[in-house]
Amino acid sequence: MRAIGIILAGGNNRRMKELSKKRAIGAMPIAGSYRSIDFVLSNMTNSRIQKVAVLTQYNARSLNEHLSSSKWWDFGRKQGGLFVYTPAVTAENSSWYRGTADAIYQNIHFLKDSHEPYVVIASGDCVYKMDYNKVLEYHIQKKADITVVCKDLPKDAPLERYGTLKMNEECRIEEFDEKPIVAKSNTISCGIYVIRRRLLIEMMEKCAQEDRYDFVKDVLIRYKNQKSIYGYKIKDYWKNIASVQDYYDTNMDFLDPEIRNYFFKQYPDVYSKVDDMPPAKYNSGAQVKNSLVSSGCIVNGTIENSVIFKKSFIGNNCVIKNSIILNDVYIADNTYIENCIVESRGTIPANSKFVGEEGIKIVVDESDRMLMQ
Amino acid sequence: MIKKEMIAMLLAGGQGSRLGVLTSKVAKPAVSFGGKYRIIDFPLSSCINSGVDTVGVLTQYQPLRLNTHIGIGIPWDLDRNIGGVTVLPPYEKSANSEWYTGTANAIFQNIEYMDSFNPEYVLILSGDHIYKMDYEVMLDFHKQNKSECTIAVMPVPMEEASRFGIMITDENRKITDFEEKPEHPRSNLASMGIYIFNWKTLKEALIAKQDQPGLDFGKHIIPYCHENGAPLYAYEFNGYWKDVGTLNSYWEANMELIDIVPEFNLYEEYWKIYTKSDILPPQYFSEGSVVEKSIIGEGTEVYGEVYNSVIGCGVTIGKGTIVRDSIIMNNTEIGDGCEITKAVIAENVSIGNSIKIGVGEEVDNETHPHIYNHGLVCIGEKSILPDGLTVGKNACIFGETTAEDYKDLALASGKTLIKAGDEA
Repeated sequence: MRAIGIILAGGNNRRMKELSKKRAIGAMPIAGSYRSIDFVLSNMTNSRIQKVAVLTQYNARSLNEHLSSSKWWDFGRKQGGLFVYTPAVTAENSSWYRGTADAIYQNIHFLKDSHEPYVVIASGDCVYKMDYNKVLEYHIQKKADITVVCKDLPKDAPLERYGTLKMNEECRIEEFDEKPIVAKSNTISCGIYVIRRRLLIEMMEKCAQEDRYDFVKDVLIRYKNQKSIYGYKIKDYWKNIASVQDYYDTNMDFLDPEIRNYFFKQYPDVYSKVDDMPPAKYNSGAQVKNSLVSSGCIVNGTIENSVIFKKSFIGNNCVIKNSIILNDVYIADNTYIENCIVESRGTIPANSKFVGEEGIKIVVDESDRMLMQ
Repeated sequence: MIKKEMIAMLLAGGQGSRLGVLTSKVAKPAVSFGGKYRIIDFPLSSCINSGVDTVGVLTQYQPLRLNTHIGIGIPWDLDRNIGGVTVLPPYEKSANSEWYTGTANAIFQNIEYMDSFNPEYVLILSGDHIYKMDYEVMLDFHKQNKSECTIAVMPVPMEEASRFGIMITDENRKITDFEEKPEHPRSNLASMGIYIFNWKTLKEALIAKQDQPGLDFGKHIIPYCHENGAPLYAYEFNGYWKDVGTLNSYWEANMELIDIVPEFNLYEEYWKIYTKSDILPPQYFSEGSVVEKSIIGEGTEVYGEVYNSVIGCGVTIGKGTIVRDSIIMNNTEIGDGCEITKAVIAENVSIGNSIKIGVGEEVDNETHPHIYNHGLVCIGEKSILPDGLTVGKNACIFGETTAEDYKDLALASGKTLIKAGDEA
């Protein structure tokens, strides 16, 4: 293979509110059976990348559990593999990752010990399907130093939350603004980069010498005139999980048969860790409309326009509407939930009512649960 | 030297011909069960859950699906440096090459495999029962009684006892006598086909009886041990155990999983059943769908109505289709406007639109009344059914069929139409 992968999964985001307390965004459950990092990992393995480093920092427990084996994504085990790097105290360094570039620099041995000529850098919080080989071919053909995958968003999208860029006719990036107050363009960076491995090592070492730590600010923006940085525009589905609303919308997108078809029925597949859950069970009284239900669930009540993750229990006469129920939630009888995201391992007592009046409400309820064994 | 206290030998070579077309192309242990599982998952999961990490799986009949399912044993954590799972097919020898001619003959031909682990005890299992059992508890019983051969038994109603191998024991559960399918049973303790032998005793018996044609545990080995004065004990098991040897018992066992708290519970946290499963998206229910009293596998899309059924993974159930009291295995596609009642539909079947299955009077099956009965309709794997077809009860279809294969687009009750594979 011509490239190795680096996945930046260290970040946290205030806009994820209570949901980010438990886990890094890379570990956010998506579409019933997946975690958001599964999409980038699957893209890498489907692009025949065999060696991948995941750089994590913020609350990585959940993510580490998920990344228990390179097997789930069919990465190499003897040739290549899946490596998870958290900051470590060494003789030279005792800092956390101070930014994306610093995270890469602190693991520069990973780059130096590889022989593949290119590196694909991507983040762990996006939902999309992509063959990185196409970007790589484009990168080579353009003789680019760095290629940035980008996408046009609608003009009314919250562009101020993204890096926006402008390209000339040759697709060379001329302007790049990180989270601009007023966006000059509706073309945004998807946070996916292709770069030659030796150049990356060189630039990361330079950044470290100058105490610069951020890949976007200190590499892409700073060098946009010195280095030839090209944009590779995509039109396919791409969503970034950066807020509760994004998270909710992305999950609800999977109720659309076309999106399910695109991700799950068209080759290549999306992979995840196998959980060994029994099939979902529907008792009498169950009513399910326009919803996704994952394995291990037991359903006794009504579910409408919702996504139910693994191993949840929905009691008698419950009504779940327009909501997302994360893994292993127990919802006791006669509960009404609308416009909510129920945090994983929650236990909702009987006769509760949760309704998101303005926007999505996050329900974190940790009532005691009697273990039935 | 490698030393394993107990290793398991799992007999998975049988066809299970009473499952009709379900086993035309696959060995019985590889038949789907309970939505996403295969029958062999139950003994394999019990092995690993009981701490038995060395399992030889003896295959012979149609082993392809079994082999791909087992692989190197990853789903059951049976990929080990020492031990783990090994698939043991019959093999050619410099003299006397033969198929496995009987249950004990299969074990005899693999003495070398067992010897390589230098075991104290050998657990003999069969790959065609649904149960969860802690073999470690059985081993404790075996050791406590200084038994040389322990047979797991379960009490059955006296009137059914004549269908089983029956053990007669004294008050300490020491076996004094046994009878195979007795007309007038003297006990109701039925053998479950699960044995623990002292390896020394078993090896000696296998070698002594090696020339016996069709060497069988129940018929030859256990009588031989008994005659030679080896202490035999019966270990009573009172949990759920189901022989799924006939189409009807297979259907019943599946249907029992639907009960609110089934006797056989797949949802137990500390006794998980493992299977090789593809990574699949969740199941989808459309706006107009109805689902009640059913279990449904991953990746299945329901646009119609499902009642009292066990549905596998990756199944599509079209708009306006009503499925009742049926088993539908993985990756089968059912079109729109169908009515399916009491059917067992195997994997990768394609059912067109407006098809009725399981209608009309119940008539005995003409050719195989002992297989297709109780009103069940059986559709073999990869079959294709043309639009508008009507199928009666106790009927069977296997193969890629078109409208020309039927008279007036109907298959009456009790008829069998087989266009593929060997006649069951």
